[in-house]
Amino acid sequence: MARAISTRTKIAYTLAAWAVGLTIFFPVLWTVLTSFKTEASAVASPPEFMGADWTLQNYADVWARSDYARFFWNSVVISVGSALLGLAIAIPAAWAMAFAPGKRTKDLLMWMLSTKMMPAVGVLIPMYLLFQYIGLFDTRTGLILALMLMNLPIIVWMLYTYFKEIPGEILEAARMDGASLRNEIIYVLTPMAIPGIASTMLLNIILAWNEAFWTLTLTTIDAAPLSAFIASFSAPQGLFYAKLSAASTMAIAPILILGWFCQKQLVRGLTFGAVK
Amino acid sequence: MGHIDLKGVTKRFGEAEVIPPLNLSIGKGEFVVFVGPSGCGKSTLLRLIAGLEDTSGGVIEIDGKDATDVPPAKRGLAMVFQSYALYPHMSVRKNIAFPLKMAGMKQAEIDQKVEGAAKVLNLASYLERKPGQLSGGQRQRVAIGRAIVRSPSAFLFDEPLSNLDAALRVNMRLEISELHQTLKTTMIYVTHDQVEAMTMADKIVVLQAGRIEQVGSPMELYKTPANVFVAGFIGSPKMNLIAGAEAAKHGAATIGIRPEHLRASATEGLWQGRVGVSEHLGSDTFLHVATDHGMLNIRAGGDVGFYHGDTVWLTPDAAHLHKFGSDGLAIR
Repeated sequence: MARAISTRTKIAYTLAAWAVGLTIFFPVLWTVLTSFKTEASAVASPPEFMGADWTLQNYADVWARSDYARFFWNSVVISVGSALLGLAIAIPAAWAMAFAPGKRTKDLLMWMLSTKMMPAVGVLIPMYLLFQYIGLFDTRTGLILALMLMNLPIIVWMLYTYFKEIPGEILEAARMDGASLRNEIIYVLTPMAIPGIASTMLLNIILAWNEAFWTLTLTTIDAAPLSAFIASFSAPQGLFYAKLSAASTMAIAPILILGWFCQKQLVRGLTFGAVK
Repeated sequence: MGHIDLKGVTKRFGEAEVIPPLNLSIGKGEFVVFVGPSGCGKSTLLRLIAGLEDTSGGVIEIDGKDATDVPPAKRGLAMVFQSYALYPHMSVRKNIAFPLKMAGMKQAEIDQKVEGAAKVLNLASYLERKPGQLSGGQRQRVAIGRAIVRSPSAFLFDEPLSNLDAALRVNMRLEISELHQTLKTTMIYVTHDQVEAMTMADKIVVLQAGRIEQVGSPMELYKTPANVFVAGFIGSPKMNLIAGAEAAKHGAATIGIRPEHLRASATEGLWQGRVGVSEHLGSDTFLHVATDHGMLNIRAGGDVGFYHGDTVWLTPDAAHLHKFGSDGLAIR
C-alpha cells in the first residue's frame, strides 16, 4: 500500500529538488546571462545583474568572426554519425549478449565498461599518431570512429538492458516462423526495442556533441565541431568572457533544444526496466 | 508428412542430464500429448523437436530426414507458445502473415491465406487490431492462426492454455481438438494438466525426470498404468494407492484402486472409515474418507447421502484392483 506523504514533506522535497536542479543549471544560466553583457560588465566584481549593460553585440561579433555554420554542421555529422554507427555495431552485439549469452558474457560487459574508466589522456599519443598515420586526422570520419568507440560500451550496455526486457519467446516464435537471424533482428527485435534504441541514440548524440577532449585534439580546421568553436574564443586573444559565453551558448543551444523536446523519451529510456 | 522419430535423444545442461537417452516415434496425423509434473522435461523435449534447444546426443528425424542440426526455421514445424508470443508491434493481420512473408510468398496469396485462417478462427473482425487490444482467448487464436497458415508438417503446442481462465480453457481445448480433426496434421501438445491430456490425445506420453514412464492411448493409460507413477498421475480424482499389509494380502507392494471402483455403504464393507469432506457436484459426489489405510477418495453417485463425520464402509471392486511390485511396476 502506498504511504501517504504529508504536504509539509512534499514541499520540503520539492524545494530540495529545485535547489539541486538550480545548482546544476546555474553554470549554464551564468553563461547565458554573461553572453548578453558587455565585456566590461561581464568581468565586473561583484557580478552585475540588474545594473548590467545588456547587449546582443557579442553574438554579432562571434557570428561575424567565425564560420558557425561549418562548426555546427561538423557537430551534427559527427554526433549523429557516431551514434548511428555505434547502434549498427551495438544492436547485434547486445542481441548476442542478451539472447545467446555465453559463460563470459557478464565479464565481457564489465570489461567493455572498464574501458570507460581509463583516462582518455592515457591513449592520447598513440591515438594521435595513429590518426596521423592512417590519414584520419582532422577528418569527420576519424572523429565519428573515435567518438563511436568511446561511447560504444554505453550503447551496448543500454541496449543490452532494453533487450533483456523483451521476452525471448517472441524471438523464438520468429525463428519458428521461418525468420533468419537478420530478419528476426530487423522485423521483430528492433521495432520492439524502438523506444530504447531511440533514447540510446539521443543520449549518445548528446555525449558526442558535448565531447571536447578528442574533438579538440584530433581536429584542426576541417573537421572541427562546436567544441573547437568555443575553444577558439579562449586561446589567442586572451579571455573575452562575454564573447566566449556567447559562443558557448550558441554551441549548446541546439542540443539543449533537442534535449528539451525529447526529455520525456530520455527519462523513459534511462529508467526503462527500473519499474515493471 | 508429419512423422517424427526421436532416436536416443539426450539433453544435458552442463552437468545435469535433463533428458536421458530417449526413443519415441510420433506417427503422421497423431495428436500426441506430453504430460508430466513441472520440471519433468516435457517442454525441453518439445523445444528439442522444435530446434530451439540443441540436442546433446541422438538423432531427431522429421519425415525420415535427419533434422538434428537443422535450424528451427527450416524444420517445417509451427509452434504455439504458452505466452502466445505475438509480435506486439504488428496488427493481427501482420502477425498471421509473418511466417508467409518470411517464406517469400506473394502479397496476394498472403492476403488470401490470412483471410482464410481468420475466418476459421473467428478473427475476421479483429485483423487490424494489435495484440494488446485482444482478450487472452483471441490472442491464443491469433497464435494458432500464425501456426496454421504456413501448413506445417506438425504443430507444437507448449502449454497453450495455461494462461486462460477455466471456462475459456475448456472452449479452446475443444477448438484445438476440432482443428486437429479438420487439418489432420500431426500435433504435439505439452501440458501438466492430465485432464487436457486425457481429453485431447490420441497418444499420451507420460514423462518423469526426463524419462518416458509410459506411452499409450488415454484409456490404456487409465486402465493399465505401467507403474505407480502413471497410476497416480493419470485420472482425476487420483487413484487411491495403498501400501503395506493390505497390499501384501494381494501379493503386491502397492495396490491401487480408482475412486469410482470403491463402493461406499453405511452398513457393511471391507474397510471402515470416517467421511472427512464430501463434495456434492450434482452429478457426482466425491467423498474423502479417513481409513486405516490413509485418506481414500471415492466417487459416488450424485444423490449419495454421506456427510462430514459419518461412518462409512468401503469395498474395492476386485476386478479393477491394480497391483504394483516393490519396483513400482505393475504386476500383470
